[in-house]
Amino acid sequence: MTDWVPSARQREREAYRRRQTRRSVGVAGASTLVVAGVAVAVLVGSPGWPRVRGTFFSWAAARDAFPAVLAGFWLNVRIFAVAAVLVLAVGLAVAVLRTLRGPVFFPVRLLAAAYTDLFRGLPLILVILLLGFGVPALRLGGVPDGAVVWGTAALVLTYGAYVAEVIRAGIESVHPSQVAAARSLGLSHGRSLRFVVLPQALRRVVPPLLNDAASLQKDSGLISVLGVIDAVRAAQIETSYSFNYTPYLVAAALFLLLTIPMVRVTDWISMRALRRQSAGAR
Amino acid sequence: MTPVLEVEGVRKAFGSEVVLRSVDLTVPAHHVTVLIGASGSGKSTLLRCVNLLETVEDGVIRLDGEDVTDPRADPDAVRRRIGIVFQAFNLFPHLSVLDNVTLAPRRVHGVARREAEDRARELLDRFGLAERAGDYPDRLSGGQQQRAAIVRALATRPRLLLLDEITSALDPELVGEVLALVRELKAEGMTMVIATHEMGFARQVADEVCFLDGGTVVERGSPEQVLSAPVEPRTRQFLRRIVDAGRL
Ligand SMILES: Nc1ncnc2c1ncn2[C@@H]1O[C@H](COP(=O)(O)OP(=O)(O)O)[C@@H](O)[C@H]1O
Ligand SMILES: [Mg+2]
Repeated sequence: MTDWVPSARQREREAYRRRQTRRSVGVAGASTLVVAGVAVAVLVGSPGWPRVRGTFFSWAAARDAFPAVLAGFWLNVRIFAVAAVLVLAVGLAVAVLRTLRGPVFFPVRLLAAAYTDLFRGLPLILVILLLGFGVPALRLGGVPDGAVVWGTAALVLTYGAYVAEVIRAGIESVHPSQVAAARSLGLSHGRSLRFVVLPQALRRVVPPLLNDAASLQKDSGLISVLGVIDAVRAAQIETSYSFNYTPYLVAAALFLLLTIPMVRVTDWISMRALRRQSAGAR
Repeated sequence: MTPVLEVEGVRKAFGSEVVLRSVDLTVPAHHVTVLIGASGSGKSTLLRCVNLLETVEDGVIRLDGEDVTDPRADPDAVRRRIGIVFQAFNLFPHLSVLDNVTLAPRRVHGVARREAEDRARELLDRFGLAERAGDYPDRLSGGQQQRAAIVRALATRPRLLLLDEITSALDPELVGEVLALVRELKAEGMTMVIATHEMGFARQVADEVCFLDGGTVVERGSPEQVLSAPVEPRTRQFLRRIVDAGRL
């Protein structure tokens, strides 16, 4: 292998591929510029543009609103972080409970099924309102009455139901022969699930889970209906002072700044895992 | 001495289809029993019953004299003493070959990682897979995958090894390497029940050949007797079909 020198034909092929790559990059760059140029031209050329620019793209308004919106956004980030962990735990637990067989577990399966049906069927905003205003009104001793806590709980309950279904679909997509192989090695139901089924199932459902994560991040803004000052609510307050809508764009930019890298990074991670595992081209 | 495996009057049906009507089988220690029979005659079902992947509807299965069909028997404990290799390998695609082999020793038998890996490497080395220990199953040839599956089944030092048509999914030129491995296990005294369509191989390794048809063992005996001088018309018919298919 060491004394191999590429033949003239191979060198020619590689040179051709390099030229092709340079050409594709050039074409992609040019077409992106053209599309972006047209979009900007249409926007700026539209009759309403001067007014829109003033009310949505005011640099001064953005600068003034930024600290308040950022402080609100920090709350969104914290809610998202806590909720994401809890959602995954709830989703995983419910999905696993639904795989249990045998009459002993019938009530558990029934409860798990009822939970997913209920919370997938209810609009999130209703759950937030019911929990956020309802539970504190009960004045139960020892139960926290913060709007943030109950808003987060509503997010966890609703998204937990979605995630449970996604994970369950992943579990069911693992071929029964994998379970047979695990069980025949003496692994119990639980260990088969943990070491054989779940690792394969979770890898398969990373893309839909990411969807749910991005969506959860956005929906954390809905708890502003409880009066909690998150990015959305902070922007709204700023807007009502200045009669300028730029703070909403500031909030939008902050949300994008978080979700886009999150989705890209996890895409990359799951691609890498896939490539390591499978031999051929994909 | 108690036989490693005793099967008595085992019955298994799927819905209205009775696959095993009444099967008897005795496998003493260090013996190899080969199951032959047409596709759909219930060879896989029988092996799956022994491994408790299926529940029998009647009859008894004893492993080292212990009734494993007793509903009070712990299936996981029974399976720990039996190794099974499937036609389709069923390696775990998300684990490297080494992790496939060490999973059961570590997670079921509580062997420490170092110790489990040392033993796994020793086995992989012996069966010509030392270089592939770190690879994922997808990167292996069919023959290598099946050998890895056999090593995985051996890693827990089973009392009994069940092989279910382990060469049927392989290209012809890869069959040899897998069968050579089984012959080596036989030489070491491993007790095995093997379902196969490779009659030449059956002749080499079998202490007893059992022909399964209509849900029972129709004919049994030494390989010479069953394969060369079968008494039962149904056995003859089956063997003639196999010869016509060019597999003898
Ligand atoms: N899980 C199952 N459900 C229904 N029928 C089955 C199942 N497993 C096997 N069978 C049926 O049992 C019969 C015997 O199958 P099998 O044991 O795989 O035969 P062999 O291994 O000898 O080819 C076949 O007719 C097959 O369709
Ligand atoms: Mg079969």
